[in-house]
Amino acid sequence: MSDLVDAFATAFRLIVDLDPDLVEIVALSLRVSGAALVLAALLGLPFGAAVGLLRFRGRRALIVLMNAAMGLPPVFVGLVAYMLLSRSGPLGLLELLYTPTAMILAQTALVTPIVAALTRQAVEDLADELDEQLRSLGAGFAQRAGTLLYEGRFTLATTLLAGFGRAIAEVGAVIIVGGNIAHLTRVMTTAIVLETNRGDLPLALGLGIVLVSLAVLVNACAQGVQEVARRVES
Amino acid sequence: MPALLGLLLLLAVSPAPASAGDFLTLAATTSTRDSGLLDHLLPRFQSRTGIEVRVIAVGSGRALELGRRGDVDVILAHDRTAEDRFLAAGHAGLRRDVMWNDFVLIGPASDPARVRDRPGIVEALRAIAEAERPFLSRGDASGTHAAELRCWAAAGIPVAASARGWYRETGSGQGATLHVASQLDSYLLADRATWRSFRSPGTLRILLEGDPLLHNPYGALLVSSARHPRAKEALGRQLVDWLVSPEGQAAIGAFPSTDDPLFHPNVRPSAPQTPSGDDPA
Amino acid sequence: MSKAERTSEPGRPTAAVLPLRLEGVSYSAGGHDLLHDLDFVLDAGPRSVILGPNGSGKSLLLRLCDGLIEPTRGRVVWCGPDASRAAEARALVFQRPVLLRRSARANVDYALRLRGVDTGERAQRVAAVLEDTRLGALADRPARRLSGGEQQRLALARAWATEPSVLFLDEPASSLDPGSTRALEDAIRAIQATGTKIVLTTHDLAQAERLADEILFLHGGRLLERAEATRFFDGPETKEAQAFLRGEVD
Repeated sequence: MSDLVDAFATAFRLIVDLDPDLVEIVALSLRVSGAALVLAALLGLPFGAAVGLLRFRGRRALIVLMNAAMGLPPVFVGLVAYMLLSRSGPLGLLELLYTPTAMILAQTALVTPIVAALTRQAVEDLADELDEQLRSLGAGFAQRAGTLLYEGRFTLATTLLAGFGRAIAEVGAVIIVGGNIAHLTRVMTTAIVLETNRGDLPLALGLGIVLVSLAVLVNACAQGVQEVARRVES
Repeated sequence: MPALLGLLLLLAVSPAPASAGDFLTLAATTSTRDSGLLDHLLPRFQSRTGIEVRVIAVGSGRALELGRRGDVDVILAHDRTAEDRFLAAGHAGLRRDVMWNDFVLIGPASDPARVRDRPGIVEALRAIAEAERPFLSRGDASGTHAAELRCWAAAGIPVAASARGWYRETGSGQGATLHVASQLDSYLLADRATWRSFRSPGTLRILLEGDPLLHNPYGALLVSSARHPRAKEALGRQLVDWLVSPEGQAAIGAFPSTDDPLFHPNVRPSAPQTPSGDDPA
Repeated sequence: MSKAERTSEPGRPTAAVLPLRLEGVSYSAGGHDLLHDLDFVLDAGPRSVILGPNGSGKSLLLRLCDGLIEPTRGRVVWCGPDASRAAEARALVFQRPVLLRRSARANVDYALRLRGVDTGERAQRVAAVLEDTRLGALADRPARRLSGGEQQRLALARAWATEPSVLFLDEPASSLDPGSTRALEDAIRAIQATGTKIVLTTHDLAQAERLADEILFLHGGRLLERAEATRFFDGPETKEAQAFLRGEVD
């Protein structure tokens, strides 16, 4: 019980003091997971829309794979990314291991299936309703995909938030490809693991509380933006 | 939505934390990081040489594996047997003794197996086995895990061979294993540095120490650029040399204080320890 | 800008793509033959009403004509001098209006953007067509929050804005109240007055009588009768059409 009280006190102090180490770690977490989300959106939205709209051989199998990939274990993705980026791996030349870029790539691999699979479902549902009309209006494939994505923007915003949540909360991938290097690749989750190992549970919990608060804040902002948007257009 | 995406894009393209100048990557055992030793040493090294050291803190087994793939430039480990194998395989051209401390046998203050009274670690482990009291092994191929297995072997108890109810592997780092031990009132072997800097020991206490078998030497290995072309051997050599230099050794002996250091500098004059000498073949 | 001024503009409707000829068109799906061996020609001019009971294949027929689906057998051929522009010279209004989640104005604008109309002209044409369909006051309202009748008029306005030579309407008034139905029918007459060919399906006899110049009677996927409207209503030749006119459900 007193541990929990300590943890909240620690979290509060960390936030109020704007502890520079904490600020750095939070900024890196946001930057890595934010960038991973942007990349995942750039890949997953068009890909999901294409699978949602097109009919081709093997589509069902592909959808099963996409849905299953939503549950990829982060540590597995981290290991694969590590093997690729290792100096003795195929992409070793790029010297990306233990950099924020490597963490972004690993998280992109984690988040893209979520964005793609949920986008596919959303676009397919919307296509049932709208696609014939769009084709009748003379829309080409890219225009239909774009329009359906825009029509699904509120659902897709939630999809992107889910992806962001998965990225910022995972530790398995970033600790392997990032290495949890202080001031370089240390993010919220790897810092929590570190403090847990050091036995400083109040600090670890405090960081955890900051992470949760951050997630709440990001989602509240997104919700606010959505509500305003919904009122203006819809 | 566009606003949100714009914000994220901004975050994505904002510049990375500057890493001006040279850097090298050091794989170090968790004990050296978690105890704070590296935070004490590396800034001194950087101000002397201008080289930034990026630390990956993992168990000795994993550290050597990172070295085998050429992903790190220097390794700080404490598993002499594995280190020698690493050298012999040509992954490193140089190994130096850097410092030492010791392992301690830790267990619940109530000490149900009465290991406190035993003359040495061998007898203590036999007592635990006889009483079938829970013992937690790291089980993670770390230096501590290797040392623990050596002690069991010396005691003549084949823990690895048979699954025993009282002998469990956590497969985790020292800190995590200490957490589990404090919850399960288990015995375990830990390095003294991690133990002393561990913040939530609960009822765990040091029950036995000082046995020569519990000696814990740390070595620095310089990954060979002959074997791994992208390894930064020249930068790494500066770190290894500094660690065994009078300045480096004094810094090690002064952490956290000269009266009671967590790690003892290797006071012997630093003779090369490699079978093949300083220069990689 | 009044409607009269715009009808005097050259090029409205834009392309001479008619007549439209169906040659031996059949359509089957899931092992069922839904349309059988249709052969007929739709010429510019008269309002053609495809009349028939539910399930007779009316919607399917319009989708074939609009190019949304391909016939299983036979061909749908545009025979006018501008036949190559048929895709942009036709428009279809669906039974239930399908509107995008944006303003009424933006819905019409969207259709014109797809046709490559440039920004300045788009704004003018959107405003004009919304005025003509008496939706001007609702231009900035979210399209999906309009009433059923307003939504269907908006769908019609969107189709009309593309200045089609042929306008297909699939039971456009089936879910509307009498007032909305009349407003819609007025709009349809106004559109025809600008020279656009109207092809409309309905199962509603009264609506067919009000709007049709000619009737194509569809039953069980077959074209059983085609006649000038007054003649059809005065003396249908097939017993299916007679039963349908008597209001008997088969």
